[in-house]
Formats: sequence, structure tokens, C-alpha cells
Amino acid sequence: MSAADPRFAALFDPRGVIVAGASSHPGKFGFVALHNILANGYAGPVFATNRDGGEILGVHAMTSIEELPHGAADLVFVCTPASANPGLLRACAAKGVRAAFVTSAGYGEAGDAGRRAEHELVALADELGLLVAGPNGQGVVSTPSSLCAQIVAPYPPRGRIAIASQSGNFISSFENYAVHSGVGVSRAVSAGNAAAVTVPDFLDYYASDPETAVALAYVEGVAHGRAFFERIRAVTAQKPVVILKGGTTSGGQRAAASHTGALATDDRVFDGACRQAGVVRAATVEDAFEAAATFATQPRPNGPNIAVVTTAGGWGVVAADAIGRSELHLVALPDDLRATLDEKLPPRWSRNNPIDLAGAETRDTIPEVLDLVVNHDEIDAVIYLGLGIQSNQARMMRASHFFPDHGLERIVAYHERQDARFARAAADASAAAGKPILTATELAVTDPDNAGPRSVRETGRLCYPSANRAVNALEHLWCDARFRRRRARTG
Amino acid sequence: MTTLSEAASKRLLARHGVAVVDERTADTPDGAVDAAVELGFPVVVKLCGPEIAHKTERGLVRLSLTDETAVRAAAEALLAAAAPQDGAVELLIAPMLPGARELIAGVTDDPHFGRCVMVGMGGILTEAIADVSFRLVPIDRVDAEEMLDDLATRRLLGPFRGEPAVDRAALVDVLLALSELAQHDPNVRAVDVNPFIVVDGRPVAVDALVEMIEMDAEPG
Repeated sequence: MSAADPRFAALFDPRGVIVAGASSHPGKFGFVALHNILANGYAGPVFATNRDGGEILGVHAMTSIEELPHGAADLVFVCTPASANPGLLRACAAKGVRAAFVTSAGYGEAGDAGRRAEHELVALADELGLLVAGPNGQGVVSTPSSLCAQIVAPYPPRGRIAIASQSGNFISSFENYAVHSGVGVSRAVSAGNAAAVTVPDFLDYYASDPETAVALAYVEGVAHGRAFFERIRAVTAQKPVVILKGGTTSGGQRAAASHTGALATDDRVFDGACRQAGVVRAATVEDAFEAAATFATQPRPNGPNIAVVTTAGGWGVVAADAIGRSELHLVALPDDLRATLDEKLPPRWSRNNPIDLAGAETRDTIPEVLDLVVNHDEIDAVIYLGLGIQSNQARMMRASHFFPDHGLERIVAYHERQDARFARAAADASAAAGKPILTATELAVTDPDNAGPRSVRETGRLCYPSANRAVNALEHLWCDARFRRRRARTG
Repeated sequence: MTTLSEAASKRLLARHGVAVVDERTADTPDGAVDAAVELGFPVVVKLCGPEIAHKTERGLVRLSLTDETAVRAAAEALLAAAAPQDGAVELLIAPMLPGARELIAGVTDDPHFGRCVMVGMGGILTEAIADVSFRLVPIDRVDAEEMLDDLATRRLLGPFRGEPAVDRAALVDVLLALSELAQHDPNVRAVDVNPFIVVDGRPVAVDALVEMIEMDAEPG
């Protein structure tokens, strides 16, 4: 399967979709799939089949694919029982369908008979020239086509992260993060049993997909490890690839006469292969999403030198500790920058990195400081802490029985305006300088409607839920940039 | 599958550019004494042969022998300890190398990933600490450098207890040599060098074990 395989276009950007095995029962997958496609704005024609005919969600249910006009649809979303699928796929192929997403269970996961059915499915796909994703998968999402052909929720906002997963529910997890953070998704696909189309096949497609800036994959078993990594290496040559691997602690330690062999656990070898192929390996689900979201929304750092700008001391100290444990470097504050900041700030600021403003900020301090810091030659990236604290107070004032009197209405509006402004200033300064500025506050999760995190979302960037997580994400960005620089690669 | 003797393993590595300890073989206690005198004291005497894999566990390594009497006694005891299933055995006589740091490096054949090269901190705690890094064969110089950076205890590669920093280029060359050996000789299934002793900053292979898939003669 090559990256230029036009059948992937039928899967991700179909000109028409058939839901085979559509159901009138809202609890059935065959209903949910049709519902999710219709409810999320897919613009092409949508067809449905059902043994008993009728109308489902306003769509005429065909009793046979024979009723379908030739060429009207190139994707079939299969919710029929496995035994019905060979006939269905033949009929679909004859009508010009190029790709199928098969949700049906009863294949490789279901004993010897299921494995036989899966082999037959692959052989049939080859015979018909049909791209068959799944079986036993949860669906495909493609925001450029407003396509939500999946039996899980939610439908994520449009963005530049492309996801492929060996576990359908991780598609849902990453989509939940996308909805919550506002950092969107281009494509998402559950590989299911990956009988014919595997996670590396999807990543190949993402590598040349102009809608995609970064690929995010969840994998468990990697049966042909060397072939897997040879293909992934070709993808990382073009775009960052973030991988979350399940089953890392299962050991896989070999009984071996040699020390080297005894030390070669599955996870250590997998980890080395990731480093060699330039894969960004995530430690946790949130680390995986946040790394991908950072690649999708931030400029790449040119070096490891980090400045922390904070409105309070403790946050900066903890951020500095996290940087100290990472591959990043908390840069000593350059003398000329210190002198410039001295002119802007009252004397109680930290005069070092972290740049602790110590509550000394006035109306324009934060935009000005961010701008000066990010544009300094010796600084490669900035972590900004303290956004939203005034809006946090504003929230309490707004909820109190004193509101709106005693000047509360006015100060609440001022605080919220300021936090919105700071969030935009961070994004604008970062974009103008071509360097990352990551904004972190727990308000991103504890009060996402706070004007600070809400305004970060509006810039299209991720508001990191803690300084540690901003450091982790930035470390991934730097390690990726360093990998490319050492090998003179771009992407 | 078969293993090369320690001496043959080291000869193979030496031919691929890995620095190995300057050692001698002998069949008799007299030969061992002559070799020790030629090398200078103190020396190590080991019993080795293609069928002997776990010398330390079987007490077949005698360290820090400081004179001819000690060498002769050790050689006699080792030859007497050979069991019939050990097959052809010989004595290996090597100088005791001064060095506070031990490294491990090797090649393994992973069921999913094929040949992999490894480096890590060696010594008796190697497997307990497991501070190691793997890559798939073949590796290039950048990969080898990054393997060293992967090690949690990489500070030990710097100046240490009065000894100079480990010669990184020399260590990288070792890893490249192992990768090349594994890539170009499909008969080599696994290599274990444990330990390398760091002498004046340079890693010297002190013990080695090469596993071959099949063997008619010693490979080139």
C-alpha cells in the first residue's frame, strides 16, 4: 500500500458514504454510525441499507446495494454481521466503492473460524481492489470532510493531529482531549484487527497528507518490529510521529545465556528503536496527546534554552525543577536582558530565571516581558505561568452577593479582559518570534471557562494543565528538533 | 548454535577493531607461568573452552595472582576442575587491568527486531541496575553517540575517581564495530562483552562470548 494510494482518499474524503446494516434501534451500532455521520455535517450523500427497508433518521434504507446509483458513494461503513460481508463487499465494489470500514466483530478476535473469515476478508479485498480497514474497528473521522463515521463519541474540532490506533477507545480518548483543549484533529482511525490496513499504513498516508502536521499512534503488539520501524522511519522523515505503547511493563525478558540477551526486554528494544527512528515516545495518554498538540500548534525550538516567566515564585521553582530533570536547560538570565527588564520592573522581581515578576506587574508588563524574553537570542523557548489568577478572583467576585456593586463589575471585566489579552500576547509573541511559548495553569482543567485558559483555546493552542506537563511537551519538541538537526533532516 | 571460546571470541572482536586485553593461552601450568612472566604480574588465569559459558559462577576465574607460585597453583587447580562435558579446554592468562569502571556491550538477536546492539554500565550490578541502551543493527555514529547519552549513569563516562573521562570516540567505535560484525556476518547471532574495563579512558574487552548460528571453522 503506497502513500499515494487513492483509495485512502475514499476512506478519509469520500464523495458519498453507505452505512451498511443501518438500524432503526438507537442502541445499535448500525444506528449510531448513521446518526454520527448525519449529525456532524458531512456534506456528501449518505446512503443506508437495512434488510427490512424503511426510513432511518430521514434516510431511505435500501434493502439491497443494487438500488445504489453507480459511483454515488466510494466508502461503505459496514455494520452487518461478518457472514453477510463478502456478498456486501462484492456488491459495493461493483457500484464503484473503493474503501470499506468494517466494524463487524467475529473475525480474528473470535477463534479459528473468525481467523479464517479474516483471511477470506483480506483475500476478497485484494481481489476486489478494495481498501478494507478493520474489521472490529470503531470507525474513521476526517474533519476536512466533516466526516464522523464512528460508533464512538465525540467528534473532535478540526485541526492538524492525525491519529491511528490499535485500540478504538483510545481514538475516543484522544478526541475527548481534542474537544476539551480545542486543539483539533485532521484524521482519526481505529485500525481494529488491522487485517489488511495496519497502523503504519495509516501513518504512511498521514506523512503526505497536507491536512496533517503530526501523527499520533497507539500501539500494543508490534509483531514485525523491524519492518514496523523501517516504515515509521520514513514517516518521521516527513513529520513528527508520537507513539504511545501499551504493554510496556509486560517484560518479554528472554531466557538467555548472554547478559545482553537477558537485558533485551521488549520495552528496552522498542525504546531504542523509537529513538533510532526519531519517534516521539509518550509515557502516558495525556503526554501523548499534549506532545501531539504541541507539535501541531507551536513553532519548533532551535535549542534547549528555556526561560520561565511567572507571576509567582513557587510556580517558577517547580517549573525549574522539572526543567532540571529534563533534556532542557534553564538558561542563566543574560545580563543585557536583566538590564532591560530592570528598566521595566520594580526592584522586587527575581532578576534571574525563572523570571518571577513577584506581583510587580502593571497593565502592560506581561505582554512586554514575554516579547522581550522570547526575542532574546540566547532563549529558545518560554514557559509562561500565572495566567488566569486575576480572573479566578473575578469569578469569586462575580458569584458574590456584593456583585455588581462596590466597583466589582468593573474590576471583574478588567481582569477578564487582561487575562484574555495575555493569552493572545503569548501566542502572538511566539508566532512573531518563531519560538514556542507554552502557557501553563491548572485552571485549564479546574476552571476551563476562566478567561485565561479559555482565551488560550481561542488562539488554537494548548493551555497546559501544569508546568511539569508543559516541560514534558517542550522536551519532546526539543528532542525531535535535535534528532533532525543531528541528521540534517527537516520536517 | 554454538559458542566460541573466550579466546576465540576475543580474537574475532580484535579482528574487527575492538581493543581486547593482551592475553596468552596455555595448555599446561608451565605454559601459564611462562605467559605470566612475559606479561608481568599481577595476572588473571581462567579456564576456558567452547562449552564453558559461566566461568565466574563455576569458580574458573582466578584474579590478582602476584607471582609464579600462585599462577602455577591456580593453573593446576583449574585444569583439575575441568569436567568431561567441558570438552577441549585451555588456560587463558591475562594481565590484571587497573580501572574503576566497567562497561558492557553486545549484540543480541531479538525475535521481533532482529539483531540489536547494546551498551550499558557493566560490573556485577549490570543486570540489577539495567542501565542499558539498545538500537537496531545497523547503527551509525550519531546513533552510537545517542546510545551513550541514553544511559542514566552517563556521568560515569566523565572523569571518575582520578581516572580520565572515557574516550567517547573509542567507545562509539566499539559499538560501530559490533554493529558491523552483526550486519555483515549473519552467522554471528550474539555477542557479549562483559566487562570492558576502562583503562586510561579506553575501553578494553576483558571477557567476551560470541554465539554463532552454525560453525565449521572460526569465522573471519
